[in-house]
Amino acid sequence: MKSWRQPSILPGFGLTLGYTILYLTLIILVPLAALVWRSTGIGWDAFWALAFDQRTLLALRVSFGAALIAAAINVIFGVVVAWVLVRYQFPGRRLLDAIIDLPFALPTAVAGISLAALYAPKGWIGQIFAPLGIRIAFTPLGIVIALIFVGLPFVVRTVQPVMAELDREMEEAAATLGASRLQTLTRIVLPTLVPAILTGFALAFARAVGEYGSVIFIAGNVPYVSEIAPLLIVIRLEEFNYAGATSIACIMLIISFVMLLIINMLQMWSRRRYSNV
Amino acid sequence: MDVKIKNIRKEFARFPALHDLSLDIASGELIALLGPSGSGKTTLLRLIAGLEQPTEGQIFFGNEDASLKSVQMRNIGFVFQHYALFRHMTVAENIAFGLKVRPSATRPPKAEIRKRVADLLDMVQLSGLEKRYPNQLSGGQRQRVALARAMAIEPSVLLLDEPFGALDAKVRKELRRWLREFHDRTGHTTVFVTHDQEEALELADRVVVMSQGKIEQVGTADDVYDRPGSPFVFSFIGSSSELPVTLKQGAVHFNDRPIGIADQGEGRARLFFRPQDVVLTDGAEALSGKVTACRRLAGTRIAEIDIAHGAGSSDKAHHVEIEVPLDAPVTLGGDLSFRPTRWRLFLES
Repeated sequence: MKSWRQPSILPGFGLTLGYTILYLTLIILVPLAALVWRSTGIGWDAFWALAFDQRTLLALRVSFGAALIAAAINVIFGVVVAWVLVRYQFPGRRLLDAIIDLPFALPTAVAGISLAALYAPKGWIGQIFAPLGIRIAFTPLGIVIALIFVGLPFVVRTVQPVMAELDREMEEAAATLGASRLQTLTRIVLPTLVPAILTGFALAFARAVGEYGSVIFIAGNVPYVSEIAPLLIVIRLEEFNYAGATSIACIMLIISFVMLLIINMLQMWSRRRYSNV
Repeated sequence: MDVKIKNIRKEFARFPALHDLSLDIASGELIALLGPSGSGKTTLLRLIAGLEQPTEGQIFFGNEDASLKSVQMRNIGFVFQHYALFRHMTVAENIAFGLKVRPSATRPPKAEIRKRVADLLDMVQLSGLEKRYPNQLSGGQRQRVALARAMAIEPSVLLLDEPFGALDAKVRKELRRWLREFHDRTGHTTVFVTHDQEEALELADRVVVMSQGKIEQVGTADDVYDRPGSPFVFSFIGSSSELPVTLKQGAVHFNDRPIGIADQGEGRARLFFRPQDVVLTDGAEALSGKVTACRRLAGTRIAEIDIAHGAGSSDKAHHVEIEVPLDAPVTLGGDLSFRPTRWRLFLES
């Protein structure tokens, strides 16, 4: 049998692997297993009935749909922000750089309340859109905006260091070979950033799926329309319907896990394809 | 295509990098820009390429003013010091890049691009490696891919920045010979930057010696080695020693003693000579000093000698290097007398 041990300057494979597994078990696996065990405790029929209830399905759709849209928008916006921060020197650059991290630090409820105030029909931004018949706060659109807010730093912070390491000579080489700026961007710069962009997307998406605090203030929480799955879980808990709460949680867990797994595999593929490391 | 550089000046954030520099490069010529780091040679190359814009002056490709053209439009082949290969593309994709990005009106059909890539791979002797990625190649192979990529667009001028700088000595020598043959075969006007004088002298039709943003001398290998135009060129090309001398009454005086005939000028001057242009002699015109080191160099020996100033002077001794025959009696710490047989004088203004 092939040995997993590899000679190395810093030995300690056994110790670190053992520690990793123990830690993962205690912190992540045990709580998740308890969740699954709890939800299946009610029997399969009851689980299916609770899980595929119309309200649950729509809440899941709002949650995952809004998270995907928000993460996709964050990828575009985040890459542009990272580009500006890495490539240009301008007054206030450091300040702007520091502001990026604010959504990390701010209590999400605060973000939710201020966003709701801004985008409400009478708010500063909301009143611009209200006459056009566009309502932002208290609709799924508001949810997307809240999720963009919390997810942005993930994309910027994962793409920024990779962008800073980009070989400028590659761009110059492309220019000497006759490539236009757009061609240099799409054929040289972006492909080398794909793995980092995917990582940022995955992080922003994962964060958005689990986001609760900021969303509930701006979503309006209309059942079947703008109710997110985490909120539905809380509602079920308040009804002392623990089985209902855990079964929704279980489904969220499975969908999230599958999606993150796919993104991870895409990332591995792109890393091989685009950076050859 | 011939390239004319007219009164080019380049400043970086008000630091002058090139001062009022002019150079004519004939069509098909292989030119080396040689100089120590910071002499502005890479800046000049990048200006020709259009990767930098001159502060003043013009660059002509043929009769066309290239200063008005963008990098993309100049149709130059540029090989970067660290190759700058597109690492997410295979060797074949790298080489085809310049053709694939052309607008559809001038882009060759796919089959022709494929054929062109195959021909270029054959020319740089890398057939069979087209599916590899750059990080699966050795340094010398990457260098040749970079060259093939630059050649794919059929450039009017080929520019190479320290083309062999990152390679080991043996590969460097092979590639040097290969590049010479390649140039002779394709006849492209080629300019390359190097700080390695051996490389410049061996490879180039003409060498442009640069120092501190100025051209010191332009000439063939024989010109710059045998007839250096300035003290800088004499000391930079090949090994040499320098002595401060005074010219008076048709003689060269060192330490107030005549050591030879001066055919020009009066006053203080700098005398340069090569290590091999000396004879060991005890004659009246000989220079004498203490041997501080002696080392073997291939078929001969190099003696390092400190020549003291005249009596009473506390200045540091003059350090010179001369070639001595293997059988000459040289003892470390002992005295050795010699006389330069050929030298060059530069009057101090």
